[in-house]
Amino acid sequence: MKLIYTDVLVIGGGLAGLRAAMGVRRRGLETLVLSLVPAKRSHSVAAQGGMQASLANSVKGAGDNEDVHFQDTVRGSDWGCDQIVARMFTHMAPKAVRELAAWGVPWNRVRKGRHEAVINGERITLTAPDEAHGLITARDFGGTKKWRTCYTSDGTGHAMLYTLGDRAIAEAIPVHERKEALALIHDSGRCHGAVVRDLISGELSAYLARATIMATGGYGRIYGVSTNAVINEGMGQALALETGVARLANLEAIQFHPTAIVPAGILVTEGCRGDGGLLRDADGHRFMPDYEPEKKELASRDVVSRRMAEHMRRGKGVNGSFGKHLWLDITVLGAAHIDKNLREVKDICRYFLGIDPAKAWIPVRPTQHYSMGGIRTDHRGESPWLRGLFACGEASCWDMHGFNRLGGNSVAETVVSGMLVSEYVADFCASAEGNLAISTSLVEDFVSREHGRLSRLLATRGSENAVHLRKRMEQIMIEKVGLFRNGPDLASAIEELRGLLRAARKVGVRCQSRAANPELMLAYRLPRMLKIALSATLGAFQRTESRGAHFREDHTARNDRDWLNRTLYQWANEDDELPTLAYQPLDVASMELPPGFRGYGAKNILEHPATAPRQAAIDKLMQNHERTERHALQEALMPFRHLLPERYRGNNERLSEPLP
Amino acid sequence: MSRTLTFSIFRHNPGDPGSRPGLDVFTLEEAPGMTLFIALNLLRDEQDPSLAFDFVCRAGVCGSCGMIINGRPGLACRTLTEALPPRITLLPLPTFELIADLSVNTGKWMRALSERLQTWVHLDEETDPDRLEEPMEPERAEAIYELDRCIECGCCVAACGTARMREDFVGAVGLNKIARFRADPRDKRSEAQYFELIGDDEGVFGCMSLLGCQDVCPKSLSLQTQIAFLRRKMVQIGAGFA
Repeated sequence: MKLIYTDVLVIGGGLAGLRAAMGVRRRGLETLVLSLVPAKRSHSVAAQGGMQASLANSVKGAGDNEDVHFQDTVRGSDWGCDQIVARMFTHMAPKAVRELAAWGVPWNRVRKGRHEAVINGERITLTAPDEAHGLITARDFGGTKKWRTCYTSDGTGHAMLYTLGDRAIAEAIPVHERKEALALIHDSGRCHGAVVRDLISGELSAYLARATIMATGGYGRIYGVSTNAVINEGMGQALALETGVARLANLEAIQFHPTAIVPAGILVTEGCRGDGGLLRDADGHRFMPDYEPEKKELASRDVVSRRMAEHMRRGKGVNGSFGKHLWLDITVLGAAHIDKNLREVKDICRYFLGIDPAKAWIPVRPTQHYSMGGIRTDHRGESPWLRGLFACGEASCWDMHGFNRLGGNSVAETVVSGMLVSEYVADFCASAEGNLAISTSLVEDFVSREHGRLSRLLATRGSENAVHLRKRMEQIMIEKVGLFRNGPDLASAIEELRGLLRAARKVGVRCQSRAANPELMLAYRLPRMLKIALSATLGAFQRTESRGAHFREDHTARNDRDWLNRTLYQWANEDDELPTLAYQPLDVASMELPPGFRGYGAKNILEHPATAPRQAAIDKLMQNHERTERHALQEALMPFRHLLPERYRGNNERLSEPLP
Repeated sequence: MSRTLTFSIFRHNPGDPGSRPGLDVFTLEEAPGMTLFIALNLLRDEQDPSLAFDFVCRAGVCGSCGMIINGRPGLACRTLTEALPPRITLLPLPTFELIADLSVNTGKWMRALSERLQTWVHLDEETDPDRLEEPMEPERAEAIYELDRCIECGCCVAACGTARMREDFVGAVGLNKIARFRADPRDKRSEAQYFELIGDDEGVFGCMSLLGCQDVCPKSLSLQTQIAFLRRKMVQIGAGFA
């Protein structure tokens, strides 16, 4: 049995995992990163439009700061997020952008003087002040009060991932590529590492570590059409769930992006609309102002996606050869702008649709895009139930997105959470709890259990076909756990998914090689994907309200009175067919921004009894602090800074807020 | 008008003692909008579950799916079958270690390249992230991004005559990276340091100017220009003129 020891095992080589590894390395710990694919091929690379950080350098970003970003994020989450975490995040985002700038990301910059922009379908002229020249610029994104999304053309994720990937190489961090974690090794509520399979040779080994960080991304591929990379199958969440100890949260909170191309489901960035692109229907009519007169195409993602689906239900969709869709029109931006700032979009249109988006409209429809839910952690990124297990990035639910995340906030979250969680992990390793104490016989038990499972799969051809089961799961998720949900559909989805899980236990493989065997991979991943699908569906069924991306046609109100909480999932016994659900209330009395109306559609909220008293208390406090400086006022409303690692507690400098 | 496509696909699993290299033939009904990503997945789902290939983003940005498509290196995910004749031959990229069938180990090769050429910004000192960032000319940032767009797919290496003869040649991918960091004012390396990295036959002087790299680069990087420019610069430095 091959044993590999390190201080911190990072599972996942995308932005979150790489930044976390660098953080612990810089604290003097040994670390290594496991990755299914070469790190620079991780799904982070596909992020296009940018990363939110309130630098306030651009003309339309003037007046932006952490407070405005925080409020946008909380509203965007439909008050489902953890406000302390949202505060930590918005405080850190400028530091993250600036750190990456120093390391080599070629962020687009402000050019002084007059330049053209398209706002609300019209060409206007903006004039950038001289002092902002050369600082990092920003574009507009949905659901934000300011232009806050920092970018490099529409290849932001690429530029960030290559910079971090190369920085990790510079700091001599080993990345073990083409390795897959099959199980977490744990006992008595303490995680000790993972059983790992080499995807080339098929060999199993045990990686033992004082702390394990899951940075494995989301679970979009339980849907048949998703903007996600094909590797985003939710294995990180499933491994945590299969411990029976760690818990997941808010899996039903699944984001559908308004503009994926039809039929391939490949994303074209929100930057298209941020830069001035419009949505049009079968008649060529720009319909979003009819529904959302204020924010129009730049309403929050959940809102735009629902409005698009609603409009298609009214018969205004275009009948294409691959079903109904709508049009994204960026012709109004002009070829020069597209060639410079939307070049990936141009490539995607050219190769997958055979069109030039400077001349033709792009066929789009809402498509699964992001997993707000994930491995439940505290604000330090650690599982409260399985010590030594940490998570960051999309894999986790430390809960800064609640039930809907803003565009540009997830790319920012990857790096910010990597920065923060690595500090807390290093503190954990330095504490008495952080020692590695594990018997080799326990490790042997875990490795031989996985070995036995693989051998059983290889020994039988099985009575069920994994490909068919998977396709059925994908179809169920699309049809019954989509943008619009209802009780009867969700109930039937649960029944059918349970049947698929039972059937998945009877899958075998025909190809007998242990090395490089894609059939074997599907066979052991399928039951895990089904557990995530079942959990998300059960969570959606039980949540009889509509909040953010979770919309119930049979319960259309946001019900703060009964549902201002977080869903927790535990898979208590291996043979269970359903997870055990529990709910964790959000504490209104300590919120900086008590629940309110987001300003989309008609107000339809059942209020929480604590909301009015909390709002009154805040109003009173604000009266007494009329002349208080904004950081001090924030501290009085909801202190969070003491929770940050000391090195990150300082204020962020801006042109309008110079540091001494 | 529907076509039947005939695929000849290289098969070999070096990890399986019973495996012998060869071509397998499959047929498939073409569908509208079919890409090689869709076609290969259909073949695996319906005909041979052991068929190995690599896709990650399936959108032309991650660089995983480079392969030889009818004799030419390219990204399989964004290649439409309608752009190809009905007989399609798929081979793994040469030069890289074979994992199985169409899957090759580009990651290992690229990591070794990065370590060798030190493809990162060499900083004098860390900056304080609380402070305003260093300004940069907007055109400069755009020029760096232009060279930063390489996706390490390996197509340029597979198309390179020198790389076939010289195992240690850094390839257009390596030279382009040096061009990218030379263009970046944040990288504090001197010309002499760059010369140490690429001023020999395994670097910029190994290039025979066949420029297959330029022809096949999926991101249309200006490889020809970058190599020519670097060669001139490195000659100057090597000759002591710089």
